[in-house]
Amino acid sequence: MMDNLPNRPNPLEGSIRIPSGCAISAAVSRDGKKFTGEGIINSMKPMHDRSNGLGGGFAAYGIYPDYKDYYALHVFYDDNSCRVDCEKFLFEHFEIVRSEIIPTRKMPQITDCPLIWRYFAVPEHNRLVASQLSPDEFVARCVTRVNAEIRGSYVFSSGKNMGAFKAVGFPEDVGLFYKLDEYEAYLWTAHGRYPTNTPGWWGGAHPFALLNYSIVHNGEISSYDANRRYIEMFGYRCTLQTDTEVITYIADYLLRKQGLSLEETASVIAAPFWSTIAKKPPEEAEKLKFLRTVYSSLLITGPFSIILGFEGGMMALNDRLKLRSMVVGEKDDMVYVASEESAIRVMSPELDRLYSPAGGEPVIIKVKEGAF
Amino acid sequence: MKTIDAKNLEFSELNAIIRDTGDCEIRGCLGQRFIAAGMGHREIKIYGTPGNALGAYLNGGGIEVFGNTQDAVGDTMNAGRIVVHGSIGDAAGYAMRGGEIYVRDNAGYRAGIHMKAYRDKVPVMVIGGRTGSFLGEYQAGGLIIVLGLNEDGHPIVGNFPSTGMHGGKLFLRSDCSEISFPKQVTARPASPEDLAEIKKYVEEYCRLFGKNADELMNSDFTVITPDSKNPYKQMYVQN
Repeated sequence: MMDNLPNRPNPLEGSIRIPSGCAISAAVSRDGKKFTGEGIINSMKPMHDRSNGLGGGFAAYGIYPDYKDYYALHVFYDDNSCRVDCEKFLFEHFEIVRSEIIPTRKMPQITDCPLIWRYFAVPEHNRLVASQLSPDEFVARCVTRVNAEIRGSYVFSSGKNMGAFKAVGFPEDVGLFYKLDEYEAYLWTAHGRYPTNTPGWWGGAHPFALLNYSIVHNGEISSYDANRRYIEMFGYRCTLQTDTEVITYIADYLLRKQGLSLEETASVIAAPFWSTIAKKPPEEAEKLKFLRTVYSSLLITGPFSIILGFEGGMMALNDRLKLRSMVVGEKDDMVYVASEESAIRVMSPELDRLYSPAGGEPVIIKVKEGAF
Repeated sequence: MKTIDAKNLEFSELNAIIRDTGDCEIRGCLGQRFIAAGMGHREIKIYGTPGNALGAYLNGGGIEVFGNTQDAVGDTMNAGRIVVHGSIGDAAGYAMRGGEIYVRDNAGYRAGIHMKAYRDKVPVMVIGGRTGSFLGEYQAGGLIIVLGLNEDGHPIVGNFPSTGMHGGKLFLRSDCSEISFPKQVTARPASPEDLAEIKKYVEEYCRLFGKNADELMNSDFTVITPDSKNPYKQMYVQN
C-alpha cells in the first residue's frame, strides 16, 4: 500500500515513534441552537500541553444549511495535478453544485498546507442507478476509492450539513486557520494531537470522518491491526496510516450497515469483561454475550476516550478500563465533554452537573428531534 | 496571604510566582498543571480548576482546593496535605508515599494506585463519597478510607477494587456484600482496633467538611488487606 503513495518530504506514520498525549473536547446544544466555533477553540487552550503541534481538528454539525441535501466533500490535494486527477473522478461520479477552496487564514503557525477544497455534491444519477446502491453507500465507496487509489488526494469529510476541518498544528491555531469562529453549528467536536507513531501529516489529524460520522480520539488502539483486517473485509480501506481511522469505519459499519443502536455499538467496541457480563440480569447478559461473540474482532483494546459525532448528536465513550480521562458537564440545554474539566469550564464556567462516566459507559446526547 | 491571579498564566509562570511568594491564594485557576510540584512548607489555597499532577512530589505544607481537581493529584507526594472541596480525578495519590489527601466528594478511577509506606511514612487518603473502578490498584502500603457519603445511588466503589494489592489497608464504610474482591485479598468487618486506627482521619475529614464523625464511625466498615506477604507467588513466575 505504501508504494502507491506519492513521495512525501516527511516520514510516514510508523517510521518514527513519539510518545503520546492528545486532547478531546465537544459541545452540543440539545435544543439544536447554533453557536460559533469560538468556544470549542478556546476549550483546547488549557489542554495545550496534551498536544504537540502535530495535529488539530474539529467537526461541526449544522454548518451548511443552504446545502443540507448535498454531501459536502472536503478534500486535501498534495498539488494541483492531484486535484486535476481527482476532479476527473469526482465530476464523473457526482453532480456538483458548488466547488470552492475552503477559506483559510494565512498564519505563521500553520505551514506546508495542501490544497484544501470542498464540493457540494450528490451522486451522478445514472451511475447511482446503475450501481444499485443507496446514495450513502455510493458516496462511501467513492470516498474509499479516492483515498486508496487517487494519488495525493484525500477526502477527509463527506457528510451532509457537517464538516471536518483539520491540519498539522495546535488545535487552537487550526480553528482560527479554518475561520471556525465564522461557522455556526449545533455540535462541535475537537481534537489536539500528540501522535504516537508518526511525525504527523494533514490526513492523519483528527477528526476522521465518513458520511455523517466523525471520530476524535485520545489513546492508542492495541487491537488496531485485528480491527483493520476485519473491517477491510467489508470494503473499507485504511489508507490514512493511523489507528483512529478504523474506529470511524467500525462506527459506520455497525451503525449504518448492521443497524446496531449506539448502546449496542458501545458494547461491541468497549465490550464489558466476561466477569462483568456474568453479573448482569440474564437477558442483558445474553445480549452482551451475543455482541461480544459476533463482533469479537471489533472489540477495541488499549486506552481510548472517543467522541463520535453523528447527525443530531454525539456519543462519548471510554475504554472499559478507563485508561484515558473524560468528564461530562451540563448547563441548561448544553452538554460538554472533554479530556479535562478545565476545558469545559472555559466554555461554561458554571455547570448544573459535572461527572466522569465509567469505562465502557456510553454518554449519548441527542438533539431534540426536528431541531437540527 | 498574597493573592495570585492565575488567569492566562502558563503553568511554569504560575509555579515560578508560587515559589517566590510562599503562602498564597490562587484565583482563576484553569487547567495549569504541576501546581506546587515538588514544593513544601507553603499553604496554598486554589479557587478554580487546577490541572493535572497538582501537588506531585509535594514535600510538606498544604494545598486546599475550592473546586474539583483533575488527574494524578499528589502523584508520588512525600509529605504534606491536599484538601479538595469537591471531587478528585483519576489516579489520585498515584504512588503516594507520605502525607494526606482529603476529598470531600468522589474520586475517579484508580485512586491510591500503587500507594506505598515505609517505617514512619504512611500515606493516608480519605474520600468522602464513592470511587471509580480499580480503587487501590497495586496498593503496597498506607491507608485508603472511603466513606460512601455520595447520594447518587452509585455503589461506594466501582469494579475490581484492590486488584494487585500487596500491602497497606483499605477501609470501606460498607458491609461490602455486593462487592467482589480478588482472591488474593481478605475482606472482613473492621474490628475495634481497626477502627481506632482510622478514627483520627475520619474525625479530620469531618472537621474539614462539617460532618458528624461519631455517626460515621458508628457504621459498618470493611477492611481489605492482602492475604499474605506474597499473595502473587507463582502468578507469573516463581518468586
